Amino acid sequence: MPKLTIDGQEISTEDGTTLLKAAGGVGIEIPTICWHEATTSNGLCRICVVEVEGQRLLQPACIVKAVEGMKVQTRSERVDRARRTILEMLASTMDLSDAPEILEMMKEYGASPERFPDAERREVAVKDDNPMYIRDYAKCLLCWRCVQVCAEDAQYTYAINFSGRGYETQIATFFDRPLPASTCVFCGQCVGVCPSGALKPKREFLLEQGASPEQIAAMNTGRKRRRAE
Amino acid sequence: MIDPDKITTTTCPYCGVGCTLELHSKDNLIYKVTSPFDSPVNHGNLCVKGRFGYDFIYHPKRVTKPLIRKTPQEPGKRTQAFDLSEWREISWDEALDFVADRLVEIYKRDGSDALAVYCCAKATNEDNYLLQKMFRALFRTNNIDHCTRLCHAGSVVALQQAIGSSAMSNTASEVIQNDVFIVTGSNTTENHPIIALQMKEAVKKYGAKMIVIDPRRIELVDFADMWLPLKPGTNIPVFSAMAHVIVQENLVNKQFVEQRTEGFPSFIASLDKFTPEYAESISGVPADLIRRAARRYATAKNAAIYWGMGISQLSHGTASALSLIHIAFLTGHIGRPGTGLNPLRGQNNVQGASDMGAMPFYFPGYMRVDEDGNAETWERAWNVEPGGLSRNLGLTTTEILSHAHPGGVRALYIMGENPMMTEPNLNVTRHHMEQLEFLVAQDLFINESAAFADVFLPATPFAEKNGTFTNTDRRVQRVRAAQPPRGSSRPDSDILCDFAKRIEQRLGRPASAGWDYTSPAEVFIEMASIVPDFAGITYERIEKTGIQYPAWDTSHPGTPTLFTETFPRGKGKFTPLDYIPVMEEPDDEYPFILTTGRVLEHWHGGSMTRHSKLDELYPEARLEIHPADAEIHGIHNGDPVKVSSRRGEVVLRASVTEKTSVGIVFIPMHFEEAAANLLTNDALDPQAKIPEFKACAVQVFPAREHDLKRPEAVTERGRY
Amino acid sequence: MSEIDLAPLHAELEHYTMMGRSGLLPALHAAQKIYGWLPEEVAVEVAKALKVPLADVHGVIEFYSLFYNKPVGKRIIRVCTDQACALKGADSILEHLCRHYKIQPGQTTLDGDRTIESAPCLGLCDHAPAALVNDEAETDISTDLHHYDMGIPASPVFGNLRELTANCGNGHPTLLADYGEYSAFQKALSMSPEAIIAEIKASGLVGRGGAAFPTGIKWEGARHAPGTQKYVVCNTDESEPGTFKDRLLLLDDPHRVIEGMLIASYAIGASRGYLYLRGEYPYILPVLEAALDEARQAAFIGTNIHNSGFSFEVEVRLGAGAYICGEETALFESIEGKRGFPRIKPPFPTTNGLFNQPTVINNVETMCNVPMIIEKGASNYRKIGTDKSTGPKLFCLSGDVAKPGVYEIPFGLTLRELLEMAGGMAGDQKMQAVLFGGAAGAFATSAHLDVRLTFEDLRAAGLPLGSGVVMVFDETRDLRDVLKRLGRFFAHESCGKCYPCQMGTQRQKEILDRLAEGHSLPGDMERLQDVGWTMTDASLCGLGQTAAGAVLSAMKLGLVKF
Repeated sequence: MPKLTIDGQEISTEDGTTLLKAAGGVGIEIPTICWHEATTSNGLCRICVVEVEGQRLLQPACIVKAVEGMKVQTRSERVDRARRTILEMLASTMDLSDAPEILEMMKEYGASPERFPDAERREVAVKDDNPMYIRDYAKCLLCWRCVQVCAEDAQYTYAINFSGRGYETQIATFFDRPLPASTCVFCGQCVGVCPSGALKPKREFLLEQGASPEQIAAMNTGRKRRRAE
Repeated sequence: MIDPDKITTTTCPYCGVGCTLELHSKDNLIYKVTSPFDSPVNHGNLCVKGRFGYDFIYHPKRVTKPLIRKTPQEPGKRTQAFDLSEWREISWDEALDFVADRLVEIYKRDGSDALAVYCCAKATNEDNYLLQKMFRALFRTNNIDHCTRLCHAGSVVALQQAIGSSAMSNTASEVIQNDVFIVTGSNTTENHPIIALQMKEAVKKYGAKMIVIDPRRIELVDFADMWLPLKPGTNIPVFSAMAHVIVQENLVNKQFVEQRTEGFPSFIASLDKFTPEYAESISGVPADLIRRAARRYATAKNAAIYWGMGISQLSHGTASALSLIHIAFLTGHIGRPGTGLNPLRGQNNVQGASDMGAMPFYFPGYMRVDEDGNAETWERAWNVEPGGLSRNLGLTTTEILSHAHPGGVRALYIMGENPMMTEPNLNVTRHHMEQLEFLVAQDLFINESAAFADVFLPATPFAEKNGTFTNTDRRVQRVRAAQPPRGSSRPDSDILCDFAKRIEQRLGRPASAGWDYTSPAEVFIEMASIVPDFAGITYERIEKTGIQYPAWDTSHPGTPTLFTETFPRGKGKFTPLDYIPVMEEPDDEYPFILTTGRVLEHWHGGSMTRHSKLDELYPEARLEIHPADAEIHGIHNGDPVKVSSRRGEVVLRASVTEKTSVGIVFIPMHFEEAAANLLTNDALDPQAKIPEFKACAVQVFPAREHDLKRPEAVTERGRY
Repeated sequence: MSEIDLAPLHAELEHYTMMGRSGLLPALHAAQKIYGWLPEEVAVEVAKALKVPLADVHGVIEFYSLFYNKPVGKRIIRVCTDQACALKGADSILEHLCRHYKIQPGQTTLDGDRTIESAPCLGLCDHAPAALVNDEAETDISTDLHHYDMGIPASPVFGNLRELTANCGNGHPTLLADYGEYSAFQKALSMSPEAIIAEIKASGLVGRGGAAFPTGIKWEGARHAPGTQKYVVCNTDESEPGTFKDRLLLLDDPHRVIEGMLIASYAIGASRGYLYLRGEYPYILPVLEAALDEARQAAFIGTNIHNSGFSFEVEVRLGAGAYICGEETALFESIEGKRGFPRIKPPFPTTNGLFNQPTVINNVETMCNVPMIIEKGASNYRKIGTDKSTGPKLFCLSGDVAKPGVYEIPFGLTLRELLEMAGGMAGDQKMQAVLFGGAAGAFATSAHLDVRLTFEDLRAAGLPLGSGVVMVFDETRDLRDVLKRLGRFFAHESCGKCYPCQMGTQRQKEILDRLAEGHSLPGDMERLQDVGWTMTDASLCGLGQTAAGAVLSAMKLGLVKF
């Protein structure tokens, strides 16, 4: 049961608790983006970084475990600058319109969406290759959740992985095969964990596009239409 | 982002896992399904059907007004009418009065035996309770059954015989506590996808060892420690040989056998002939593999068996399931968490339908109809005069149809079932259906069976009704309506109560059996007041999370693990077995073994999934044939082939794959244009009356494109 | 599209099936050797043979620059356009080639014969401008392309010490017969592992790859960590722009490296080792394999070596074009057959390294110090260098110096002394700046000339020793161009996992591009500061943490104006 100090508050917590959970337990909300209760924490968005006394670099709260005597600051000039800049970079890279939590964060940290003019954006057409869900990778945060739930976090189906590297990274199927031709079983676990609306049920997408409920109902093709390849 | 008007938490209508669904609706259109990550059943995971397969609710072909055949149908000359032009829309009053008139007429003329009903393993507990109550209390018949007859009847009868119960003994998610587990006769990744996820997790994260015993190279084999590829229908020799090894190598849990079983000495004697070598000669599984599997299972600390149709759907299905039960008895891998005898129930509420007495031999709660005490209890509950309820065992589903002739069953009421796709030997089934004098279909779509009906009563799907489903590990869970019934459709319970009152009027009985409920909750309370297993379950208690019965009182938390102290019948009973071959073995004329089953994207007869976008993902039936066989017969992937048995023939495209084994072909049951059950054998297990879906003999010939009923439909899927 | 003959592939894949996932990079290399690139059908076969999910195979092919899932030419000419080669006219060489073959960089000629690519630093800075043509190094290319050297570059060695480089500079690999009898290893076998570790600790040896972690403590940690199978890995993924010392050691004296690995493995109780060789050093592979064969023949590698009870087997793994795979945990991921994503630390490699087992991973130069320490003893070793920075150090001089090359000197000389050794500036121009430590380093100016080259002195002066890069720029050089190439380098090499680096390197690149073109926007300096400090403070691994170092130091020293 380590005792540690977070933002000046002395707390006691269970062995193995992350700083994120420990802080949350006393009402200190540390922002997260890639973290999810049902997926493996990768500490890759770095929005949850905090100052830990004695550590030169900022530490990811979703990964670092509470240790006896730790002194943690969840806000500081360095922390705020890092969070604000990450948010500004996100805004300059992808479409955040379906990620209200991130938009809220931007307000809190004073992040300006226009901070990076002439930035190369992630612009890619919506992938609509199956009857169940669409992939709008212009909204993809590269949080890894979908890849993980398709792999060992839930489904063990491994239908998606990454293409490219660095800034050019995208989520992709084997040789960009359409989803029905990949090993995807359309369980929708990925849709269930996507934080930014990049993966969306087709019906929701159609509603957003302005189709009426009647039109959507009539789109049920059932036995009528088939495609011969 | 759409802001939903409503998010309804309910239970999935597809398989027996019983995942928790959150239906998001806007303007009464469900557009998204999520699942809470803290659901103890599925932890937020769903399969394609639960996640996306609800759209059949909105299909233009869904019938939402009562219909009557324009051309009156005559027995022996009954035809199928798929097109609406052959039906006339009528009011509910007209429809229910007409049906009540006809049923009462036939009842008065020919007696109780002339009436029969198919209850619905997809409908709620309340729906099924009411329907069996109606036919028992009003029409005094036990010709009540549902599709469990075609499914786990063998398992259920075996478990009743050996243990005195008929449900999964443990909880599915306990698989992560198994050190070793056997998966047999179940293609779990396609049929119980969420349980398969938990099995994969058990192997990958918890170091469990899985033994797959199955004729096909199912996906789970990739995760298995051992795969015993036995010929269909050779379960008895293989499991009995495992028992033989356990006894011979002194791996028996002597304490357990002594204290909790009976019949061991005569059982041992019967094991003599079941050497692994003998089993190998019959099943094709190498003797050494049988030995290793037996040792692995027996020496594990916690081991469990999960099984499916491969065990039950045989003309010796009961004996087949008994052979499984025996090895659990020998090793004591039952009655503790992380162990168990776990038949994976197929339908979302087949457990519930069985529990609610939708069966010819049992009142609700598995109380045998031929015991006076039981009958008297229910006579009191239903205001039936003493001696009024029938004590005769009724007919099972297949028997109901085979008795459809003058002097036998004349009127059939079908609630949510499609025997014209799911019964074996469909050509004969068709003939039987044609002989009926009166047929009522209470359903969503005019499927292959409803097309024969005289009257169609439009019922509501899961998302438009309230009630409860009971999943495969005995968890009673809430079903909630997300929207009002579409068109003029009505929830099944409503229809049945309305209907029953009209019948009572016509029959002029002194007292009503009781049809005035203000909500389905009251129906459940009525049932639970008689059946102790459910006495502690109320709608309030299962508001958030379902409770696994038995729960004797309202403070009882439910029972994840059964049989911790004793079995319902007292001691577990060993039954000496002999090898029984399948009824129709392959020969020169029909050299392949046909086995049937399901695919991930579809459900059974296809009423739901073929009216959904699921059908776009998987639009056509495929014959699975092994590459070695395909090469010999000159068949390439995608080629049309004709498959024929002594009973019928179908034409469909071939998938050349190692998913099946040499000499065995597989056809899924869902597709009416290539209905697998045209080929299957209606040979029945003598006790359980379950047909032998899993093995019959067929021949496979190359066919031509224009022999296919729908050549433009091509299934191209990258998944295994 | 014609049918691909998969028969030769199936035969080849049989060598890799038992390796499972870990055999993925070797199998893809082998497949690419047969077909010139990796068509979809080939990728499917590899996935099947190794039982790796298809999407994962795709992800690996996509990650590594040297794997191609589109057709490429029979000859691929990779022209280095990073800093040192740029100073010597790399851009015009690239332009010249492209004009000649009538294609753009990255494209293939219509007849499928040539592909021309711009490449990141190839480790040939002492022979700039340089290129890689299939498996051969093309060096000292004249700008009119009429003169160049082809094949394995022969490199002289400079400096006032010849300890590590005793056998280097002869223009050919040192054979076992000339190297000796692995006497240091034989001596080690007569010592206890604890004694060896104590000696290494006492020597003060720290890692020479850039992180400068005390080697003895690393070995000690791995020795005590619980594990059934331990590993020693030699990080031969030298990719830091401006670094080429490991190239020299590996080519000219491979046995020294092997001997160091043997001693390390014996000390920690490892029985298996790997050398992870960067994909852009393919010409080193045969040299290493030949040396390993010699060592096997002499029974220095194998089972129960010289009846000691100690067994060791070692494998060379070829990288496939990813600077990030020089990061130790990303290197492990690569050997394990995955995309080179760094892991979160802790846990550290000494407890959870390769295949999650206790692992010691050391740089080539570090390994080469080990036989010397065991042979001479720690106290003698300490006579070289200073008290806190012991032993000899290799420095890589390149850019506007008169004599670029590898310099072996003791710690403690000043920068001025080192530059004098290198003959001073190449021309008459004065020095403008020195890039210290590589792209992941920082700039120094003439104000730093008298800083002593030790860890402690450099740290005090705010300069990283890094891998020993000393790249000199004279006053005519436009440093904005240097920064632009640095920015491009990091953007190209970022693995894409963590947000600060994935997006930060891209934003940094865009700002530096604008700067180099003279089109900076108002606020660009602040943007660069914010992005730079965010990467430095919050990135997941060393690449992101150092990606802005040089840029920030250039801004601090006022070397560039916005």
